[in-house]
Formats: sequence, C-alpha cells, structure tokens
Amino acid sequence: MRHLANTWFAEKLGDHGVYTQYLEDHHPAHMPCLEIRILDWEQAAKTARLLDMRLVAVWATEGGCHEQDEGMYAYMAYAHPEHRHAMVRTLLGKTKREISSIAKHYIAASRMERHMQDMFGITVTNTPDQRRWLKHEHWPEDAHPLLRSFAHDTRMEKACGEYPYLHSGSEGVYEIPVGPVHAGIIEPGQFRFLAVGEQILNMETRFGFVHKGIEKAMKGRTAEQGIKLAGRTSGDSTVGHAWAFAQACEYAANTDVPARASYLRGILCERERMANHIGDVGAICNDAAFAFMLVQMHRLREDMARLHADIFGHRLLMDAIVVGGVAVDPDAEACRALLEQTRTIAAEVEHLRTIYADNPSIQERVIGSGPVSIDDAKDIGLLGYVGRASGNYPDERIEEAYPPYDNLDVNVAQGKLGDVSTRVWVRFEEIADSARMIIHLLENLPKGDIQADWQAPEAGISGFSAIESWRGEIACWLRFGEAGAIDRYFVRDPSAINWLGLELAVREVPVPDFPLNNKSFNCSYSGNDI
Amino acid sequence: MIRILRQLTKIGSITEPLAEANNEIEQLGKQLDPVIRKRFAGSLAIRAVDAGSCNGCELEIHAANNAYYDIERFGIHFTASPRFADMLLVTGPVARNMETALKMTFDAMPQPALVVAMGDCAANCGVFGKDNYAIAGAVSDIIPVDVIIHGCPPTPTDIIQGILQAIGK
Ligand code: SF4
Repeated sequence: MRHLANTWFAEKLGDHGVYTQYLEDHHPAHMPCLEIRILDWEQAAKTARLLDMRLVAVWATEGGCHEQDEGMYAYMAYAHPEHRHAMVRTLLGKTKREISSIAKHYIAASRMERHMQDMFGITVTNTPDQRRWLKHEHWPEDAHPLLRSFAHDTRMEKACGEYPYLHSGSEGVYEIPVGPVHAGIIEPGQFRFLAVGEQILNMETRFGFVHKGIEKAMKGRTAEQGIKLAGRTSGDSTVGHAWAFAQACEYAANTDVPARASYLRGILCERERMANHIGDVGAICNDAAFAFMLVQMHRLREDMARLHADIFGHRLLMDAIVVGGVAVDPDAEACRALLEQTRTIAAEVEHLRTIYADNPSIQERVIGSGPVSIDDAKDIGLLGYVGRASGNYPDERIEEAYPPYDNLDVNVAQGKLGDVSTRVWVRFEEIADSARMIIHLLENLPKGDIQADWQAPEAGISGFSAIESWRGEIACWLRFGEAGAIDRYFVRDPSAINWLGLELAVREVPVPDFPLNNKSFNCSYSGNDI
Repeated sequence: MIRILRQLTKIGSITEPLAEANNEIEQLGKQLDPVIRKRFAGSLAIRAVDAGSCNGCELEIHAANNAYYDIERFGIHFTASPRFADMLLVTGPVARNMETALKMTFDAMPQPALVVAMGDCAANCGVFGKDNYAIAGAVSDIIPVDVIIHGCPPTPTDIIQGILQAIGK
C-alpha cells in the first residue's frame, strides 16, 4: 500500500499562486493533505473548480498533539477523476475564528459550512445561508459540541426559537409541512413544500433530527471499538461505513490488508449494494402502486439477509468488517452457497426487470418524473447511482481503485436523463454488475489470512479514505491520539450531497409523485445527521 | 399481466411458520388470536417512530412485513397516524432533536397505548451511549415502555415475538 506521493494538486495550486506545504503526518501519500494560508482558502477552492475537481467535503477540527498551538483548522477535500483525492487545510485565526465560504464555487459546501458553524462556533463569511443546520433551535446559542471544552456528556439547557424556513408571499402558493415523523416506516426529517395547485414549486429539507453526536462519541475509542460505531452511522450502508473507517485507520497506520480480506470486503460491499438496490426497486414500484414488485423484490432481499446471517453472522452484515481485515472466513461450502445465490438472484432480478419494463402503468409514472440535468448534477457533484443517472460518474472503485477493485473491471452505468426511470435503470444495471463482480471475486478468491496484525499509529497521525458504498462515495478522515485512541473523526455520507439533488428534482413535480422521487434517491437521514 | 400471474403461481405462497425452532411464534400467534380479536377488534394498529435509529431497525421492520414473515397474518398492521394507533413501536436511542416529536406522537395516541422499545439503542442507547450530548436517553427515559426487544437490530422473528408479547400483557 506504499503509494507515490500525489503532487498534482500542489503543483496546480502553485501555478495559481497558492503556496502549499505537504503534511508528513497525514496518510496515504496518494491522497495528500496540503497546508495553505488562510488568505488563499477561497483561491484554492476556485482553482479546484477551474481544474474540474469535485468537492468531497469541507470540515473542521481542533489541532492534535502535532499542532503546537492546538489551533482550529478547516479542511477541504477534492477529487479529480484522473488525479485522485487531495486535501487542503488551513489554520484559523486564534482570536477570530473566521473563514470565507466556498459555496459560491461549490454549492454543496454550504451545509457542511453550516455544520462547522454549529459544531465549532466558526464564523463562515460570505455564506449564502447563515442558518443553523444540525444544531436545532432548542440548543443554546453557545453550544458547540465538537470543541474540546464541550464535555461529551453535557446536558444542554433548552432554548427557544424557530427555524426560518423559506416562505413565499405570493398569492396561490401554499405550504405543506411534512415531518419530522413521516407516514411510513422511515427515518425522520422535515420537508417543507411550497406548492401551487398540484405542482411543487420548491421543496426544502431540514435535517438533524437523528443527530447522534457520532463524531464526538468516536473520540477516545480504539479503532476496534470505533468501527462498531462507524458501522452504525447508517444501518443500510454498514459495510460501506465500516470499510471507510477501517481503510482510513489502515492508511494511517500503513497496514496492508491481506488479499483474501480485500476480496471478501469487495464481496460484502457488492452484496450490500445488490440487497439495497433490490429492496429499493421494490419500494419505488410500490410507491407507484405496483405492489407485485415490492413483494417479489423483498422476497429476494430476505433470501440474501438469511444467507448473510448463516455465513457472516448478521443479516445486514454489521461488524463483518474489522480493522485489518474481515471477521469471518467463509469456507468452501459457504462460498459455493454465496456464488449460487448470487447467480440465482441476478437471474430472478433480470426476469422481474422484464416485467417492470413491460408494465405501462409503472412506466407512465417513472419516465420523465423528477429529472436532474447533467449540468446541475455536475454542479452539485451528485454521487453514486443518483449521479450516474444524471451524467455525473464519479466512482471510487475506479478513481481510487482500492483493492480488490484494482483487479476488477467495474462497468459504471452511464445514464443521462436523470429522471426516476433512469435512476431505476442504473440500479438494475448495478445489481447485474455487482453480481458479476461477486462471482468473479468468489471464483478467484485468494487463499491466506483474513486479518492483518493491527497496531494503531502514533498519536497525531491522520488518515483519509474514500469508499464507494452502495449509495456512493463515503469520505472518512480521522486522527489518532494517545494510546491508539481516535482523537478526531469526520465522515461524509453521500447523502449529505445527494439530498440537494432531490430538492432540485422535485421542482414542478406533482406533490403525489414526491414519494416516488424520494424513494428513487433514497438518501440516508442518519448518515446525513451523523 | 399474464407474466405477473405466472410469476405469482410459480413462487406460490412462501409465508412460513416463524421461528423455525419449535414454531414458538405460530404458537404464540394462536394463543393471541383471541386476544387480538377481542381487545383490538381483530386488528392491531402500530405506529412506528424512528427516534434516532441508524435505520437498521427500520430495515428489519420492513422485513417483518415481507412475504416470509407476513406480520399482517396476525392482524397487525402499520398505520400512518398515531391518532388511531394501539401501539407505538420506537426505534433508536432518543435523539435530543427527536425528543419533542416522540413525546408529541405518544400524546397524540388514544390511551391506554402500548409502547414497544425496539433494538439495543431503544433499550439502552446502544453504541451511541447515554453519556452523549446528542442523546436524550433510552426510550423508557422519555415515555413509559411496556416491552423491550433486544438486538442490533432485532430479527423480524424477534420483532413479531415482542409485539405479540406486548399484546399478551
Ligand atoms: S439497535 Fe442497532 S440497528 Fe437498531 S438503531 Fe441501534 S444501531 Fe441501528
């Protein structure tokens, strides 16, 4: 796993007058972290935009044992399809904790900047949106949980206030507030619709309801304990989140994962992708009153869950990935069962797909509903199947090509129309492609260990990873502290970006078609609210 | 249409007696049938509330509704409104940001209402921990709880068993 340092972004920044310094205590070298001056912050974002880089995340942290004055730092990460990931960070002023917004270059930065304001009390200047985000109105003004001075078990006082939603003064525009408790068995969040007649004029999301303080709760846990928490950031992407966490730790510690373990991780991740897409396709059809598909698809999903319980000890594959490898080594018989089931399910899904494609009443509902244009998708940087339906195709299995994908051809479905039907199409394509990859991985599964010896790095070392979970790229950054405990943790679920896509998609969509669109995105609330 | 019908006949009915081990649930189901009939007029309405779950628990509630488990065969169904729900099925540690919403949902229910706390998080805050600024507490710290279903997440069998146990109380 010893990679060459990636100097591309540093050179390009240099060409644009931004002086950078490479940080030795950050790993891996192919996803470097560059220190810049605070006055170059916005220029760095502008340069990234000119270079056609994609914004991965913006976050903040307090310095660790390597940073002398224990100052406050802001980070941003970018990715380029050919030149991979790179991070920049800057030290904020000691007395004036202020930084300029980069939202005018990358709109997706806005909510992450609001998160920084809420959690650290940093002032973001020139921001298009000053409102609180995860910090709800009933939190005291001066509560900033990610500050060192804020005890993790603080019982906050109750404050009052009301969230200033977007309103319309126009005659004939009415508001529909939905949530936080929704009608179905789903996660909580607020949707504010401004509608005219049947048509949605604007839909605004408000989240944070399932904020569980995961970043703070991670502090002080060892990697072995932490991965259990990371794997519960969003229960449906437990493999993706656990893998992202594990890989960030392994990069930080320069630990190589045995080949068999990476193959098994690939199998777990692709099985998770299949299971979720299968469940979602059924649920999308059900939202258009085609219950037949729901019943059939959930039957297949259940078959997968049962085999997962038999082989890996958990129906949703929680705790199957551990730091350094995987927890369970399936024997030959288990591999055969996985292989057989993957084949059967892929064939069944293909059969159901023909029924779906030939059914005019469902096609009528999905075709043309909730389109996101290619330009918008690229502007926001939509990820995963949502991006792939709208002409934006970032895929870490190709861009970062971490094992086992370095030995694998991934066929990325390339949709363009960006409507519900294309999102469903991408999901069907991905089910088939995941099945193909699982079969390949199982047939070529190397022999050997399933776990590397894990030893935490010394205090002050940080690691970054980007994993293509079923929803899209999960980015994870963490820094170790004393005695192998995690000191700081940051994770960005793809939903933090993709929710913006849904807001755009449903403009001019009739209100009754909202659930259909929402399901076709199926963003995570828990992953967004961390 | 003909293909849909063909698929349906090919797969047939897959709903199975639950808990392959000794059919406990079927047993329980049989015993409780008269209870549901008498006390809930043949149908028990559940309002599910995610008070801060990771969504893993929700996936298993969905699974309890799939054709294998088919929770509806016991006359149990999920409803959109707390106003006519007999039972509240709560998942997750209660996030501070969900505390009010959970209380309001509970208050909106006709009393006496049953409350089932589902999952290790609902039971004791799970991996997220009670000593967490963002967590208001376990479900029983916020509203009265009748039955706790352990597991992370509990399996569909556990869920059905827990619900039936609550009705039997
Ligand atoms: S009990 Fe487990 S599955 Fe359920 S919400 Fe908690 S972490 Fe998620």
